[in-house]
Amino acid sequence: MADHPTAEAPPLLEMRGMGKVFPGVVALRDVGLRLDAGECLALCGENGAGKSTLIKLLAGAHRADAGEILIDGQRVYITTPHEAQELGIAVIHQELNLVPGLSARENISLGRERTRFGFPDHRREARDAARLFERLGLDIDPESPCRELSVAQQQGVEIARALAVEARVIVMDEPSATLSGPETRRLFEIVRELTASGLGVIYISHRIEEIFAIAARVQVLRDGRHVTTEPTSRVSRQALIELMVGRPLATEFPSRQASRRAERLRVEGLRRGDAVRGVSFRVHAGEVLGFAGLVGAGRTETMRLVFGADRPDSGNVYVDGRPCRISSPRAAIREGIGLLTEDRKAQGLVLGHSAIENFALPNLDRLSRGPFVDRTRERERYARHADALSIRGGGPDAPVSTLSGGNQQKVVLAKWLERDSRIVIFDEPTRGIDVAVKFEIYQLINRLAAQGKAVIVVSSELPELIGMCDRIVVMHAGEVRGEIEDARAATQAQILGMVVGEAS
Amino acid sequence: MRRLLADYGMLLVLALLCALFSVLTLKRRQPQGEEAGAEIAREVDRRFDPSALVVAVATERPPSRETVETVARILREKGFSRVRTVTGTPRDLRLALDQARREGERPVAFALASDVVDWRVWEILPEKYPDLAETPRVVAEAEYRPDFLKPSNLLAVVDRIVVIAIIAIGMTMVIVTAGIDLSVGSLIALSGVIGTLIMKQLGGLSAPAWTVAVGFLAGTLACGALGAFAGVLVARFRVAPFITTLALMMVARGLAFLITGGFSIYQVPKALPWLGQGRTLGVPHTVILLVGLYAVAHVFMSRTRLGRYIYAVGGNEEAARLSGVPVPFVLIFVYALSGLAAGVGGCIQASQLNTGTPNVGLMYEMYVIAAVVVGGTSLSGGSGRILGTLIGAFIISVIQNGMNLLGIESYTQNVVLGLVILGAVLLDRVRRTSRLTGGPAES
Repeated sequence: MADHPTAEAPPLLEMRGMGKVFPGVVALRDVGLRLDAGECLALCGENGAGKSTLIKLLAGAHRADAGEILIDGQRVYITTPHEAQELGIAVIHQELNLVPGLSARENISLGRERTRFGFPDHRREARDAARLFERLGLDIDPESPCRELSVAQQQGVEIARALAVEARVIVMDEPSATLSGPETRRLFEIVRELTASGLGVIYISHRIEEIFAIAARVQVLRDGRHVTTEPTSRVSRQALIELMVGRPLATEFPSRQASRRAERLRVEGLRRGDAVRGVSFRVHAGEVLGFAGLVGAGRTETMRLVFGADRPDSGNVYVDGRPCRISSPRAAIREGIGLLTEDRKAQGLVLGHSAIENFALPNLDRLSRGPFVDRTRERERYARHADALSIRGGGPDAPVSTLSGGNQQKVVLAKWLERDSRIVIFDEPTRGIDVAVKFEIYQLINRLAAQGKAVIVVSSELPELIGMCDRIVVMHAGEVRGEIEDARAATQAQILGMVVGEAS
Repeated sequence: MRRLLADYGMLLVLALLCALFSVLTLKRRQPQGEEAGAEIAREVDRRFDPSALVVAVATERPPSRETVETVARILREKGFSRVRTVTGTPRDLRLALDQARREGERPVAFALASDVVDWRVWEILPEKYPDLAETPRVVAEAEYRPDFLKPSNLLAVVDRIVVIAIIAIGMTMVIVTAGIDLSVGSLIALSGVIGTLIMKQLGGLSAPAWTVAVGFLAGTLACGALGAFAGVLVARFRVAPFITTLALMMVARGLAFLITGGFSIYQVPKALPWLGQGRTLGVPHTVILLVGLYAVAHVFMSRTRLGRYIYAVGGNEEAARLSGVPVPFVLIFVYALSGLAAGVGGCIQASQLNTGTPNVGLMYEMYVIAAVVVGGTSLSGGSGRILGTLIGAFIISVIQNGMNLLGIESYTQNVVLGLVILGAVLLDRVRRTSRLTGGPAES
């Protein structure tokens, strides 16, 4: 017989032997990928493993040096983002791509406005948008400007836009990184809805538990190579981490001895507008205090007040029992407080400047002789930290924008380690950072606590808080909702209940 | 070396421009006056014995006479006892030759000024004076020299740009913080007017030299204060730098006209031109000031803590603030400094013109910004080099000067300058994008 009606249908998307070389680096070497219709494939690997590069080839952001892409078994050529869109490929990036001033409806129809007698047909656009939101189970007013929407809602708008252009493959690049627990669960429902209606979803995430919750198969990349692709049912959590890191990993969180000493920082009745409504807490020397809560619960805002980045309406801050008026970050740094911001690129680093310049910035008073920067000393000090933290890539004089996320975070860390701050605040320290570097950062937090520093960790990852902290403060809607005295004994369910606002 | 090229690639452009204008302004040049005389005397001394009779010929025109007088003077110093000079017409020459023949003398050589070379009399010489047919005629050789490289022209290049270049120091710092200062052109006028007005009050034409210093200081400080005011508006009240300095540009220009009633101030001390026109050991004082200020500014921006802060504020203001950089202070500082630099520029301008005028410095802010941008400083802030700005200023000055020498009128000059600025910005963009896509960008 000439044809084979029983033969398997070709996969929705297939990438074969993809290769990409950047000057000096082979980013991708002979990597394949297969995605069936109605399937959710998790793509994971450490930073620099090649995930983003692979996706950029698919999205037309970069051109491949080798390999071919097939859709429904047909070879296609993708050279521009526009061509990728035409072929039904939509990528939802971590940094969302909406015009903040336009409404949800306008963003969805941007670039392909519906017209009626030559005029924009707003009513039809609104109807379409509402239908999409309904299908995704999202409660969004199509006419509200995107800047007023929450991150989760904005993500919903992006997904709706992908559906509006009839995308068949949706790539989500760390979609849950900025979402809270319930929002993430909502996202999973959307992904299930998408796969149920026959779309293929490629889901990129650093969060192991999500991969098991959402994906049927998981593909692991390491150092630009394909390591394995397995059904998630056949691989354990531990095994997956080891596959990503490429070596056996003893534990996810390093153990440590709690050694609580004198009170180091006390905050009383801190208030700013609606975001922070009378927050009080204390941290002791040698203690790690966690902050749990939804995005928008006021955790970051509270930390910014403590650090002097914003001005409180009222409230007092005591360092070592002494009342302090912290009017600026400069004053906070003088009091021995360091803040690793949630958003590295916008707030933590001067991206165009070198690693060494970024490192020296808060430390110039100590690295200078008179008004002059002591460049030898600066170099020595940086080299010491770069060595201890094993900062890789680029070298001290390369712009930090060329470093990977994990290494950028290490440069920020080096800034505050050199400062020898007595109170160190970590705001989402492991967001967008791969497993191996996460472990290093956990070790570092422990070491800081052991040295008698007071450490505050704000995190949206509950396992991280439970695994790392001595105590956990739970915030909700700008207020402290409760406190867990012994974090090790807490369960995720217990914290979650408080996080979403149920009385404890 | 590659770093140097990346930072100062514009240096190459400047060198190429200089070479280009040198070639284009290459001219055949006949030495004149003393210079020609000295050359002729050297030649005669080399070829002939001091006992020989030398006849130096010139017309009555001063440079021509100067030539033969120099020839005669130098030759006498060298021991030539029998030098005769003939100044006048071909007839005077014939009379002189006739007289020599009567006296039984025979010239061994003629020394000719450049304008007697073409006399017809030399053609008929062999007929009338056969014995003189073979007598050598010494003239100063014509040479090829580019007008552009004449020392006087090179000084003009510097002189033309010194005000803009000094103000560009402050502007570079402002632009590195991602700001802009449009008020500098008006501050030039205000500084000069305030300074000369004080000199006038302190005695005017007969005032002693120290009044100049007092006037300059007052003018400069006033501009610095206005700059600091702009800085406060930008840093504390978050008014956009463009609007702030645009308003100050109008205020400063208006003030300059108000306090002078619209007239120039001529009642100034005799010491006023010392700064703008004076020289020490042949070096103009403006050049000394320029070099000194750039050296200090370069060290300041590349080596000091405050310099680092300035770059950090421009690169990412929020990250800088959260790293403990005193952002408001840095902003106020750079705008105050820009005002001070404009004040110094105004003093130089007043000194060069020997008067205080309320309408000088029009459009100078644009030239200053152009110098900074051509010098490789990005308008989006965070990067730029002080020495790059100096090169940028020179590129603009060289282009203007070269076109002047070539006789290109000012309309065309503006078109060319505009295109050069566009080219510089494009070059910056290309360099930037190639750097951004040059490496792997994994997230």
